[in-house]
Amino acid sequence: MKALLYRDLILSVRAGGGFGLGLAFFLIVTVLVPFGVGPQTELLARIAPGILWIGALLACLLSLDRILALDWEDGSLDLLATAPLPVESIVTVKALAHWITTGLPLVLAAPVLGVLLSLPLPAYQWVLISLAVGTPALSVIGTFGASLTVGLKRGGLLMSLLVLPLYVPTLIFGAEVARRGAEGLTVQTPLLLLAGISFGVIALLPFASAAVLRINLR
Amino acid sequence: MSLWEYANPVKFIRTTDKLLPWLWIAAVACLVIGLVWGFFLTPDDYRQGSTVKIIYLHVPSALMAINAWMMMLVASLIWIVRRHHVSALAARAAAPVGAVMTLIALATGAFWGQPMWGTWWAWDPRLTSFLILFLFYLGYMALWEAIENDDTAADLTSILCLVGSVFAVLSRYAVNFWNQGLHQGATLSLDAEENISDVFWYPLLVCIAGFVLLFIALVFLRTQTEIRARRTRALLAREGQA
Repeated sequence: MKALLYRDLILSVRAGGGFGLGLAFFLIVTVLVPFGVGPQTELLARIAPGILWIGALLACLLSLDRILALDWEDGSLDLLATAPLPVESIVTVKALAHWITTGLPLVLAAPVLGVLLSLPLPAYQWVLISLAVGTPALSVIGTFGASLTVGLKRGGLLMSLLVLPLYVPTLIFGAEVARRGAEGLTVQTPLLLLAGISFGVIALLPFASAAVLRINLR
Repeated sequence: MSLWEYANPVKFIRTTDKLLPWLWIAAVACLVIGLVWGFFLTPDDYRQGSTVKIIYLHVPSALMAINAWMMMLVASLIWIVRRHHVSALAARAAAPVGAVMTLIALATGAFWGQPMWGTWWAWDPRLTSFLILFLFYLGYMALWEAIENDDTAADLTSILCLVGSVFAVLSRYAVNFWNQGLHQGATLSLDAEENISDVFWYPLLVCIAGFVLLFIALVFLRTQTEIRARRTRALLAREGQA
């Protein structure tokens, strides 16, 4: 498992720009929003937590097809499936690698982009915390979507259609934590629910992902 | 004699062929009686005026939108556990019907909301979760269309249906949390103290029965079509080889 994780990390860093791409996309989205809604500081400050969450979600979505598609194309996914490692572990490691290469940079970049959106001061820590807690769920759910559509040509658009409704609860609770944090309200309830979703999908969804991956590799 | 006999496509088609005319007659009769009764023979509500009558379309379609997904869930489970093709095809057949029911519920709700709430759309938990349900239907149907191999498609969509159900329920509670409701609470519960008045209740019951029968008839018909389409494809493939 460690070897697989290491391999995936190396591949995503060295092979053709996949690593920085999500981050760059996140940056572009946050830069475009003020162009769209106008540069008023109060307005931006109000919507900043939501924008950061939406941006992180889209950046995550954009990089999902890289989780499995490349391995599928060159056949290494078949080799991995015949390896002694259970498929459940493979998808878990893939999700973890996706989170380390996409989710974690997004979390770390969010405060910097918050400055661009004039995020209110008390919100920084909550945006950071909610993204840190929520993005693993995004990666795991995304791996499920990637496993569903791995065999399809031009599956990218279909995957977005399948994955985005699944992202709804995570987005609602994550953005709620950030918003309440920005307004100085108590964040305990949504934060606990967000953590619940994250842990729940990490524990259960790899089984579903492994099941659909096995079907696709049949 | 067991329920599983109907997993045989031939038996399924023979039985549903016998049932379908009666189902159609009963569905149309219930809908005509219920709608005429509801639209012309019930009094206007003292506060909502005649707009209250949209309930005869709105409530049954909303009910069926959810129950269609439940039926797909059960059919998917049967496919995963017992691998009866009819079951997978029935789930496939139910999806567009359910999606249309969701759309009807959303549209009639908007028509009612415009004069009553003064807006076509509000980000109310019930409205929002129905919109999300509609997205789930779209994704489910798109996945069926996208995969060429029938069995693979049935397997993948079944698992999507299971996972989707969990997330649909999660979303339902998440949106509850996220925004306060504008939609009224349940007034059709059997155990509640304050319910809808009997004048509106009986025609509504007939309409609900009509929608249920209509749904069953449509699903039977569409499942038959799917079975026959698959059989035709198999025959064509065999001829192609010969």
